[in-house]
Amino acid sequence: MAKEYKRADGRKLNELRKITAKVGVIPNADGSALFAFGDTVAIAAVYGPRLLHPKHMEDPTKCVLRVNYDLLPFSVHDRKKPGPSRRSQEISKVTEWALSPVVDLKSFPNTVIDVQIYIIQADAGTRTAGINAASMALAHAGIPMKNLVTSVAVGKLDKTLVVDLTKEEEDFEEGEGATDFAIARIANTDELTLLQFDGKVQPEVVNELIALSDDACKEIYEAQKKALKETLK
Amino acid sequence: MKKIKENRINEELAEEGISSEEHSKRRPVVPGEVIVSGEDYLPGDGAKREGNDIIATRFGLAEESGRVVKVIAITGAFIPRRGNVVLGRVTDITFHGWVIDIGSASEAFLPIEESPRFVSKAEMDQFMAIGDIVAAKIWSVKSKGIDLTLKGKGLGKLEGGFVFRINPNRVPRVIGKEGSMINLIKDNTSSNITVGQNGWIWIYSDSIDNGIKARRAIEFVVDKVHIEGLTEKMEEWFRENK
Amino acid sequence: MISMETSNLTKETLKKMFSEGRRFDGRGLLEFRNIKIETGISNKAEGSARVMLGKTDVIVGVKLAPGEPYPDSPNKGNLTVSCDLLPLASPRFEMGPPGFYAIELPRLVDRAIRGSGMIELEKLFIEEGKVWTIFIDIYPMNDDGNLIDASTIGAIVALKNSMIPVLDEKGMIDYDKKPTKNVPLAKTYPLSFTFYKLGNSIVMDPTREEEEACDARITFGISIWNNQYMVNSCQKTGELSFTKEEIAKIMSLLPKKFDELNEMLKTSASLN
Repeated sequence: MAKEYKRADGRKLNELRKITAKVGVIPNADGSALFAFGDTVAIAAVYGPRLLHPKHMEDPTKCVLRVNYDLLPFSVHDRKKPGPSRRSQEISKVTEWALSPVVDLKSFPNTVIDVQIYIIQADAGTRTAGINAASMALAHAGIPMKNLVTSVAVGKLDKTLVVDLTKEEEDFEEGEGATDFAIARIANTDELTLLQFDGKVQPEVVNELIALSDDACKEIYEAQKKALKETLK
Repeated sequence: MKKIKENRINEELAEEGISSEEHSKRRPVVPGEVIVSGEDYLPGDGAKREGNDIIATRFGLAEESGRVVKVIAITGAFIPRRGNVVLGRVTDITFHGWVIDIGSASEAFLPIEESPRFVSKAEMDQFMAIGDIVAAKIWSVKSKGIDLTLKGKGLGKLEGGFVFRINPNRVPRVIGKEGSMINLIKDNTSSNITVGQNGWIWIYSDSIDNGIKARRAIEFVVDKVHIEGLTEKMEEWFRENK
Repeated sequence: MISMETSNLTKETLKKMFSEGRRFDGRGLLEFRNIKIETGISNKAEGSARVMLGKTDVIVGVKLAPGEPYPDSPNKGNLTVSCDLLPLASPRFEMGPPGFYAIELPRLVDRAIRGSGMIELEKLFIEEGKVWTIFIDIYPMNDDGNLIDASTIGAIVALKNSMIPVLDEKGMIDYDKKPTKNVPLAKTYPLSFTFYKLGNSIVMDPTREEEEACDARITFGISIWNNQYMVNSCQKTGELSFTKEEIAKIMSLLPKKFDELNEMLKTSASLN
C-alpha cells in the first residue's frame, strides 16, 4: 500500500515540471533548439548533412549520426571539469541510439549529421531534456525523419511512482529508495528507443512505469510541435 | 559598366520553386504528422503514404496541389541536383582538376576537361587559384561526389564584387517569377548578380553604395516569412532607400 | 579559426570598402554592434552571464571551490579561465583537442583581469594551506565574430554577480546555505578591445565574415585604476605587422572606446 508521497515542489505525482521549448536559438547551426524541464535546461545544435572528417569514418551505406552530449562546467554545483567524461560518453551513445531510428540515414551516404547537446543548468533529467532538444533541432535542420522523439524520466520513490524527478527526488533514500528510469519513444507510438534505469523495481512495476510515461510524452510532443511551428508563423 | 546578360539558367530553374511558393493553403507540419487521409492522394516531396494517411517526412509547409501532397522545405541543407547552377570556392588543385566547396555535404570537383577552354596542367592555378569563386553547373551527383562543368553560358570564374550566402530554400523567391525579383534588384542597383541554387550569391556593382544596397535588398526578400505582395514591398523598399 | 573560408574577391571588396570607411551593416569601422546582457544563466554557478553582441552569443559561468594555493603565493586565491570553442557554435569549430584560438582566448581574458587587479586575490584566503579558486568558464553559443571582446564582457559581468559559497564545519561547500558575501572585487574592471587589420584599415567588432577576411589582430585590456586609464594587457596575433603609427592611433582610441562601451554596459543595467 503506497504511502501518500508529497513532492517538495507541490506537483502531482504524474505532473511534469514546466516545459520550455524554443527553436532556432543558434543562428549558425542548420537546426537548433532549447528544451527545459523546470530548472534543467538543454541546448541542441545540428549541423549536417555535411562532409565527414576524418574520412575513414565515412560509411558508404549511410550517413553517420554523431552525437555529443556534455554538461557545461557551471551547470552543476560541483564544477564539472571541461572535457568528456565516461558518463557524457555513455549518454552521447545512448542518445544517438534514441534518435537514429527516426532519421533517414540512408539518403546521405558518406556524410555526417553532427548533433551537439549541452546542459546549461542541471536538475536531473538532463539526458531526456537533451533528447527532446535534439529531436526538435533535427527537424528544424530539415533532416528527413519519420517522426519526432519524446523523452522523459519516470521513477519510483519507495513505492510511489512519479513523473519527471528532480535531483532532490533522485537522492531519495527511504524504503525502496529512488529508481529513476529514463525513457524515450518515437512520438505517439510504443516504440521505445531509450531505456535506462537503476534502483530497485519489481518486474511488473517496470511495465507500469513505461505506461506512466505515455501521457507525459504526449505533452512533450505538443510542446515540441508548437515550438517548431512557431518559426513558420 | 558592362552588364552581362546572364542568369537565364537561374530563371528556368526558379520557375518550379516560385510557383509553388505562391500557393496559399499551406500549413506547417512536423515529421510524422498526418497531412491528409484518403486513398486518392499522392505523396510528393517530403511526404509518404502510410496506410490511408499521407505523412510528413520532414519539417516544413505542407501543400496540396490537386492530388499531390508535398512538404515544402523552409530549412535545411542544399540538396545538389544535376543541372543546378551553383557558386563555389576553390579549395584545392589536384592533378586532375579543382576541388570546389559549394556548401553541400558531398565534395564537388571540376575536372580539367570541363573548363571552358583548354587549360594545361601547368597553368591550372593561373586559370583558377585557391580562394577563387566560380559559377558552375552540376553535371552529375554520385555518392562519391559531385562533378561540375564550366561549359555553358554564364559559367566560369568570377572576378571582382563579393559573395555572400543565404538559405538555399529562399533562392526561388530571390529570383522571382521569370526572374522578376532579381531583375528588379539588378535594375535598381546597377549591379550584376548571379544567384547559385546553393544559396551563394555574387554581386558586382558600379559603386560600394549599390553593392551594399543590392545585398540588403536580397536580405530583405529572404527575411520575410510571408511572400504575398513581395514585389510591391520590394519596390516600396527601393523608394524608401534611394 | 582564421580559416580559408573567405574568397579572394570578397576579401578585396571588403578591403576597398574598409578603406572608404564602409561596412555591409552600415556601421562605422570602430563601432560596436548592439549589446544585450543577461545574468543568472545557471543557478548552479556562483555567478553567470550571457552576452549577445549582434549575433555573437557567449555564456560565461563562475564557479568557486576551496583548494590549495600556489607555492609562491600562499596567501592568495587562484584564478583559472577556460574556454571551449564547441562545434555547437560554428560550422568552423571541430571536436577534438583545442586549436590555437581556443587556447588563446581564455588567456587573453585572464591577463586582462589579472592586469587590472579586478579580483582581490588576497581576500580569497580561507586558512593556512586553503584558498578559494575562481573558475571562469567561457562558452560561445554562436560565433558571429569578435568572441574575445564579448567573452571579456561576459567574464566581468559574471564576476560582478558572483557570491562566495558557504563552507560547513568540515570545510566543504554547503550548497543548501544561501551565500551572503560577494566575490571580493576592486572597483576596477577591464574591458578588452581587439583591433583587426585588413590592408591599411583598422576595424573593431567584426562580424564573422569580416573577421575571416582580416589578416591580423591585436587585443588590449584596459581599465580605470586610481582615476587613470591603465592598459593592462596586450597581444598581437597573426603574421602581419602593425606599424608604430597604427599602435599610436589605437592608443588614442582606447580610452574613448572604454568610456563608450562602459556607458553601453551601464545602461544594460549589469554593471554598477
